[in-house]
Amino acid sequence: MRYVADVVVSLKPVVNDPQGLTVRSGLHQLGFAEVAEVRVGKHITLEVDADSEASARRRVAEMCERLLRNPVIEDYSVELRPAAEASIAPAPPPP
Amino acid sequence: MRFGIAVFPGTWSDRDCARAVEVLGHQSVPLWHRDRDLGGVDCVILPGGFSYGDHLRTGAVARFAPLMESVQEFAASGGLVWGICNGFQILCEAHLLPGALTRNVSLEFRCETAWLRVETVDTPFTRACHPGAVLAIPISHGEGRYVADAATLDRLEAERRVAFRYVARDGSPVGEASPNGSLRDIAGIVSEARNVLGMMPHPERAAEPILGSEDGLQLFRSVVETVAERSVFAVAP
Repeated sequence: MRYVADVVVSLKPVVNDPQGLTVRSGLHQLGFAEVAEVRVGKHITLEVDADSEASARRRVAEMCERLLRNPVIEDYSVELRPAAEASIAPAPPPP
Repeated sequence: MRFGIAVFPGTWSDRDCARAVEVLGHQSVPLWHRDRDLGGVDCVILPGGFSYGDHLRTGAVARFAPLMESVQEFAASGGLVWGICNGFQILCEAHLLPGALTRNVSLEFRCETAWLRVETVDTPFTRACHPGAVLAIPISHGEGRYVADAATLDRLEAERRVAFRYVARDGSPVGEASPNGSLRDIAGIVSEARNVLGMMPHPERAAEPILGSEDGLQLFRSVVETVAERSVFAVAP
């Protein structure tokens, strides 16, 4: 069974995020004064083959711990879904 | 003595390091990232560059290179390991040093002379420096902002493990002129056992008069002194 895992890696709240501050300032300059905070992170999409959702979840967590995030400065979250529902392969162009 | 200089795909400062070693009349050998043999060198340098393209995070992939397993063992047995720029990033990713290097506060890649105050001479890498001396050593990085939690920073200070701090040219606090926004202006730290040094600035680029500064040679000399002393003890009855 194939699963799609959406991994979001973000800086821990205590770590200053100069990219986020710059984006916020850019949005303010464009008139989006309502933007209070911006944090910039990474979105990593994986397609994984696994026997079960639990197993896929466990393996993806291992990947996050070993490589995808730096535990010193980053947190992560994972959303998992069966690949059949939505593959990361690009959709064919509309006719 | 012999320095080993690691070469990962994307390393760019290995030859500059070799040149600095040569200036002092010593030898160096390149250490290929896929090899595990350190060739009996006295000190391993992890030089600057963009190992494996720095994809995902700086140093994140290099950390898993076969060579790094040997470097970890070498460090654990007291061997001298010196990470410069990307090498510092790799050492943090490998947890040989605490903390992490993140994007410069300015979001800019900075390539310029930095002034570093020597915060401790009680390390194998700074013993030939004068305490409190201000060294002119270039930086060249986009992700050199040192961060760690407050407890780690306090511990580094208490154990006198901050080797260098960014300062103004006259040695006063660098303040807003910090090249990267490092917490507590930290430019370099040593491990608990003091045999592993990580620093963002490039001492190998301040190793000859033609480069505008020879201050970096003091660090290389320190390592040479340390190794000479160790070998004397090694043959003592």
